This record gives sequence, C-alpha cells and structure tokens, in this order.
Amino acid sequence: MASVTNNVMKLFRGSSTTERSASMVTAQRQMRRSSGMAELARSLGSREGLCILDLGPTSPANIRYFTERGQKSYSEDLLLASLDPVLVIHNEAGNRILDEKRFLSENLVYPGAHFDVVFCWNLADYLDESLVKPVVARLWSSMKPGAMLLAFFHTRDAGADAPCHRYHIMSNEALQMQAMAAHPEARRGPSGGKINFRLQRVFNNRHIENLFRDFSSIKFFLARDNVREVLVVR
Amino acid sequence: MESRKLPDDNSGEEAHLGKSLVIKGDVSGSEDLYLDGQVDGTIDLNGNRLTIGPNGRVKANLSARSAVIHGKLEGNIKATDRVDLKQSAVVTGDIITQRIAIDEGAYFKGGVDISRGAYPHAATEMKPEAKSAAAIAGQGASPAGKGTRPASSAALDPRK
Repeated sequence: MASVTNNVMKLFRGSSTTERSASMVTAQRQMRRSSGMAELARSLGSREGLCILDLGPTSPANIRYFTERGQKSYSEDLLLASLDPVLVIHNEAGNRILDEKRFLSENLVYPGAHFDVVFCWNLADYLDESLVKPVVARLWSSMKPGAMLLAFFHTRDAGADAPCHRYHIMSNEALQMQAMAAHPEARRGPSGGKINFRLQRVFNNRHIENLFRDFSSIKFFLARDNVREVLVVR
Repeated sequence: MESRKLPDDNSGEEAHLGKSLVIKGDVSGSEDLYLDGQVDGTIDLNGNRLTIGPNGRVKANLSARSAVIHGKLEGNIKATDRVDLKQSAVVTGDIITQRIAIDEGAYFKGGVDISRGAYPHAATEMKPEAKSAAAIAGQGASPAGKGTRPASSAALDPRK
C-alpha cells in the first residue's frame, strides 16, 4: 500500500516540494453555485454523525465543512490512485489495461452500507473507462439505503479541453473550483502517455441513468458552466 | 537519540530521532518527540507532542496529545488535542482528535472523527488562503430534470 502511495505521489510531486507547491499556488480558483449541493444540504438538514466520503483530492475546506457539522469525514483521491503505474497490466491481446481487481483491493475498501453521503465530484468524467462501472458498483455497496451521492458530468458543450477541477465546499450552496495542475514531470501516465486530466468521455442523460441503474432515484441539475449535476439516492 | 530545546515551545526539551535511525517495535514515553527517521510498530506518547519530520517514514498507530506530520505516515492517529498535517504530509489512516489543521497540498486518505470530549470547540482549521470565500460567480444551476426510474435498456457506452 505504501509503495502504491509513494509511486503516485512521486508522479505529482516531482523531485521537490517547492516545485509542487508552486504549481498548486498558480492553480486558479473560482466560485460557483451548486444546486445539487444545496439540495443535498437541505436533505441532510442538521443531522449529525453521518459518514461522508469525499472522492476528490484532499480538501481542508471539505473536511472542515463536514467535521464542523458533526459528521465523520473520509477522504480518498480515486483519480490519483487510478494513475498508479503498478495498476497497468497486459491483457491477452497484449494491450495495456488497468488491473481493476487490484485497484478495488487497494481503494474503496469499506464495510458494506457504511456511508450516508458520497461526493464523487467529476470523477467519472476523468477516470479510466474500465474503472467507472466497477467503482460505481463498489460505491453502491458501501452506501446505506437512502444514502445520497453527488456527481458532476460535463455536457458535450464543455468541449474536450474542459479543465479538470477539484471542488472545495464553501457553504451549503457554494463551491470553490480549483483547476488541477499536474507537475510537468507527472505528465507521463501509466501507459506511457501524458497525464493531462482531459475529459475521457461525455455522458449523456441516458448514460448517467444507466450508470446509476441500481440506485433508487436520480435528479439532474443543469448548470450554466456546461456541467450537469446529478444527485443520486441509493 | 538526542534532546534539544524547542525555540517555539515553553514545554522544554523534546527527544529527537534522526533521519538515519530505524526502529522496529514500540516507542513510548512521557516527553515530546521529534521523529525524522523510520519507525515500524506503535508510538505512544500520551500527553505529549509528536512531530514527524519531513524525512520521517512511519508505519504505526500513534497516540499522543498532539501530532504534527511533515513526512509519511501509514497508520491511525489518536490525539487528545490536535493534529496538524503539513503541506508535505502523506497520511494513510484514520484520525481521531479534537482539532485538526490540514495544509493545502497535504495528501490524506482515511477518516477524520472529531471527538468532542474535553474541549467544547472542536474544530477544523484551514490556512487563510482556503478561508477566503469570494462572492459567488453567478453560475447558478437550475433543475433540469427529475426522475425516479432506473435506466433500462441502454448499455453504458461512454464513448458515444
């Protein structure tokens, strides 16, 4: 496990902490309103003691938001974990693929029906295709009946160069978006190609409904920045 | 192991484990500890402060009054007062504490449970840059659809 973390962190940190921090500081941030987040916050009300899973990069703001409200916060950066070179294997045809079993044995390892809320953010848009459905299936198992999941999907209008953002919760309806800036030395992915955080695909409504077919309900919010917010109930 | 005066702490001396030291086993004590080496086992400093330096590589469950992490930790933290994850920290494990501060850039995988025992104002702290909440940019969202049906026939084909 440690080696996996080491390898992944090396990708992003390069040879010095100073370089990494410089790239982080230059990342742009902007605020946006989130109707999905507002709806989720309204549904949760003032309940305490909930288990919340944040699948984005470690966000002090999010941990603060959760813990100040008496929730238990879990943080796990799945996109980063999926870029670990040790996950790359070859299939029978000799093509490079990601080892889905290994990925799920090292990530999202939680008891069944554990979480009340899951924040997927834009993970599905940037995660390797082979991992999307297995991750959603694992999330379904990890969530309690009635638990909620918030995910963002770009629309086709966003374009192929839509930047990958991480999200910081500022209030019940306001998010701060921070562009993900990979270190130049980290621009070689598991398959030897570049890690550029580009959109892997665009889901339409039908694809999203199909992705969450095992969940009991799904609600869409279309934002002005060509992002479709989706609130799903287990 | 050596001891040194802390310039920013009135509590006196703290023990110092240098970066070339490797310990396999349990570490316990009743004084503050600065750990820049490698430990594989458990660390129990109840009532005292533990600092893992930037070269520290620890695979252990920690118990202390407070913990400041600059280096790498694989294990759970139980701190009666506070936990600080600095920018260079790489932490995998669960944290139980009264207060926690996480610097931007720190890597954390695990759970945070704020126990509200002795201190009335358990809190998570952020660096000032993360606190600034500018006006919302006006990128409002509006409900575009609502449904309760599971997708039926269409197979997921993300490339379409």
